[in-house]
Amino acid sequence: MEWEATIGLEVHVQLSTKSKLFSGAPTAYGAEPNTQACFIDLGFPGVLPVLNRDAVMKALKFGLSIGAEIPPYSVFSRKNYFYPDLPKGYQISQGDHPIVSHGVLNIRLDNGESKPIRITRAHLEEDAGKSLHEDFHGQSGIDLNRAGTPLIEIVSEPDITSSAEAVAYLKTLHSLVRYLEISDGNMQEGSFRCDANVSVRRKGETKLGTRTETKNVNSFRFVEKAIEYEISRQISVLESGGEIVQETRLYDSAKNETRPMRSKEEATDYRYFPDPDLLPLVINEKWLKDVKETLPELPWEKQQRFVTELDLSDYDANILSSQRELANYFEQAIKTTGKTAAKLTANWIIGDLLGALNKNNLDIARSPISPDQLAGMIARISDNTISGKIAKTVFEAMWQGEGSADDVIAKQGLTQITDDSAIQQAVDEILTSYPTQLAEYRAGKESLFGFFVGQVMKATKGKANPQQVNEVLKKKL
Amino acid sequence: MSHKTIAELSADLAQKKCSSVELTRYYLQRIKTLDPLLNSFITVTEEKALAQAAAADERRAKGENMPLLGIPIAHKDIFCTEGIKTTSGSKMLDNFIAPYDATVVTKYKEAGVVCLGKLNMDEFAMGSSNETSYYGAVKNPWDLTRVPGGSSGGSSAAMAARLAPATTGTDTGGSIRQPAALCGVTGLKPTYGRVSRFGMIAFASSLDQAGMLAATAEDCAILLNPIAGHDPKDSTSLDQPVPDYTATLNNSIGGMTIGLPKEYFTGEGMDAGVTKAVEAAIAQFKKLGAVFKEISLPTTDLCVPTYYVVAPAECSSNLSRFDGVRYGYRCEDPKNLLDLYERSRSEGFGEEVKRRIIIGTYVLSAGYYDAFYLKAQKIRRLISNDFEAAFKEVDLVLAPTTPSTAFKLGEKSADPLSMYLSDIFTISANLAGLPAISIPAGFAEGLPVGVQLLAPHFQEAKLLNAAHQFQQVTDFHQKIAPLNVE
Repeated sequence: MEWEATIGLEVHVQLSTKSKLFSGAPTAYGAEPNTQACFIDLGFPGVLPVLNRDAVMKALKFGLSIGAEIPPYSVFSRKNYFYPDLPKGYQISQGDHPIVSHGVLNIRLDNGESKPIRITRAHLEEDAGKSLHEDFHGQSGIDLNRAGTPLIEIVSEPDITSSAEAVAYLKTLHSLVRYLEISDGNMQEGSFRCDANVSVRRKGETKLGTRTETKNVNSFRFVEKAIEYEISRQISVLESGGEIVQETRLYDSAKNETRPMRSKEEATDYRYFPDPDLLPLVINEKWLKDVKETLPELPWEKQQRFVTELDLSDYDANILSSQRELANYFEQAIKTTGKTAAKLTANWIIGDLLGALNKNNLDIARSPISPDQLAGMIARISDNTISGKIAKTVFEAMWQGEGSADDVIAKQGLTQITDDSAIQQAVDEILTSYPTQLAEYRAGKESLFGFFVGQVMKATKGKANPQQVNEVLKKKL
Repeated sequence: MSHKTIAELSADLAQKKCSSVELTRYYLQRIKTLDPLLNSFITVTEEKALAQAAAADERRAKGENMPLLGIPIAHKDIFCTEGIKTTSGSKMLDNFIAPYDATVVTKYKEAGVVCLGKLNMDEFAMGSSNETSYYGAVKNPWDLTRVPGGSSGGSSAAMAARLAPATTGTDTGGSIRQPAALCGVTGLKPTYGRVSRFGMIAFASSLDQAGMLAATAEDCAILLNPIAGHDPKDSTSLDQPVPDYTATLNNSIGGMTIGLPKEYFTGEGMDAGVTKAVEAAIAQFKKLGAVFKEISLPTTDLCVPTYYVVAPAECSSNLSRFDGVRYGYRCEDPKNLLDLYERSRSEGFGEEVKRRIIIGTYVLSAGYYDAFYLKAQKIRRLISNDFEAAFKEVDLVLAPTTPSTAFKLGEKSADPLSMYLSDIFTISANLAGLPAISIPAGFAEGLPVGVQLLAPHFQEAKLLNAAHQFQQVTDFHQKIAPLNVE
């Protein structure tokens, strides 16, 4: 029996504002517990929320970047429930009238094709605090530093059909919010959190299966695993004649499994109603226009430009535009090397640089080789000072902190030999040293050509221009 | 001194006939002597008051001369006051010392006002008799066996007995005007959004409005001046120009049109004495040149049921923060989280508060939301529309403030419905967000009767003008409860 999965994702993105969504308290991560919460965050009697303009701007930026509808007004609602890390007894969120609705995010599939994922809505809401259950000897500790931190919750339509697509969607979204500079996207710190709604149905069935919601998946890899686990769990339940219970499940990364958290029977009635402390948020055309002007070049726009202007392959352009920092690195480098060397630069970044970074577990922002250093090396390749092979040595030396490409070339005497007479002399010497091989070659054993090239390169410590070596050898043989 | 208005006391201070310290001592003494009969104060801040008075005197000595500089008043205990216990009349907050001032308190401090203490009130402003207070019922100075009205019952009783020359109050469904009427003082509820709600412990956010109780409309105008206006800490306070409310008090009201909504004058459930006093007041306004016109507010009978959906809904959410976790009452020895919540809230809240939380939770619940809350919001819009239409024809609307004079303590406390109906004439102003004032209009069997004027949004000046003109030709507002200490 063939099955197909239907997946919808809810992503909570923490907005990188200086202060909270409804108070002036700071939002920095990692401070001493309860030092970044003011009386408003603590839900003291008589305090009132005042909306953070910057959070609205950031939500609008997101909405505009996915071509979404921005309704002329949106409404803040209260989601009522009791929990110790929810100081007011309600979370201020948006219900029926979110700030962003009906957008589309195109993701790139493994086969290079693009697939549109519809985004139902994105709404502004405040985060809750944290309950700490360890180290309190049977009691719980409450840290309200995070209480009131601005989030946008981005809800997709169930357009995703595999864990790979889910990951592609999340990576695209992650890249986008970083491009827009509306979030640091730090997954370890919880700035980018994902809940996955998953259901399965038999192929050909039109009705959707019962779904479960898996919470607490905080890395791309865990999302992939959690969804895979959930799909196979649901299929095996159904194949053995069971039924899927609509419930919230928690992903346990240590055991790689999902477990029920609470079922619908126990589901809370959140009693949403419009928050009477806040007026409807009215977005006028002027405001939208202002935000539109602050939009940076978006990842897919950059990708297109890399292909059309710089003649990169679709694949390379996609890799280089996938992260804002990486794209910046590339663009910084080609500022020096010029457009004609764009392809060569792209190859070096995607091949050697990313490989080395990956091996050393570094991200591009912490690359030991700066874009200018890399550009300096590319320039020496382009003007034939060094060969591509020698460049590997230069790259390695720069990685070890030995300065610019020119420094390395000078210090190690790596300048390519392009002088014809010098190369001819080297070739002559080799031909004299290997009379047997020369005789065999001349007798028709043409496969020995590579042997002579190798010997010449070896004699010149790799510095001879390989193309010239080839030409001279052909003549002399 | 006790018969003097703020306008007069302000003049005395300016002319150095008395000092703020003397004035403050005088009222503190009155509180000490008379409040044991009334129970209108929860907290008296004698030391702080005298220090503020001394500071005010110093400022006057340096030549400052703002009208309220050195005038003592008392705040309803719903306003947060930094460093002073702020209870909202509840056991839940019996141990709560506010770490900040409400904007109203801040503005009065800036104006040089001296705070005598914090006034008793119905618990979380839920009640019309001041009998739901954790701190005990307040007595009506005109008859100690009767209620002072509520929820600003401490404010009205203290004002009627002149334990302060003015008091602050809040009005969610009549909580300033009804007690003002029952105690024979003047009470102003400004337009919703005219005065900041920041630091005012919320009952029903879309209805709550801060105001004041005073001897005269003129005093209300003086008291409204410093607190009116936009507050960046309250998103629902509106950025509208603030006039000098004292500037237009003496305008003639000749030709002013006053509407009499026929639905408020059916006589049903009305005390004859109240009807008579209201009729006399109408006659008085006519003498001043006002023109009366019958109008219709067809949604009048929907006001009470609408209010008792909207207000409890908001309160059920607003009061969720009182959970025993961060401040306020926490039950002894909680077994687990649920036990902590259940007992802290069961033990910390009184019956009326719990009743409204339950009603509010119900009307917001899935499956009931549309039938109750959403419908109530739609009706609220209709009520507003009714007034909007009426104000196209008339400048002000006049109505009785309450259907009866002060009732006996205990008379209605067992019957919430009849208690709710005592606010029948005042609730509409809150639902429509309109400014309204209750002014003394006479007596029925020795008990004060109030009459109410309502105006379009932000037309407090017009209200105060009409009320002031009325008080120029009547003396009901000058009568002080004959309280005697044996």
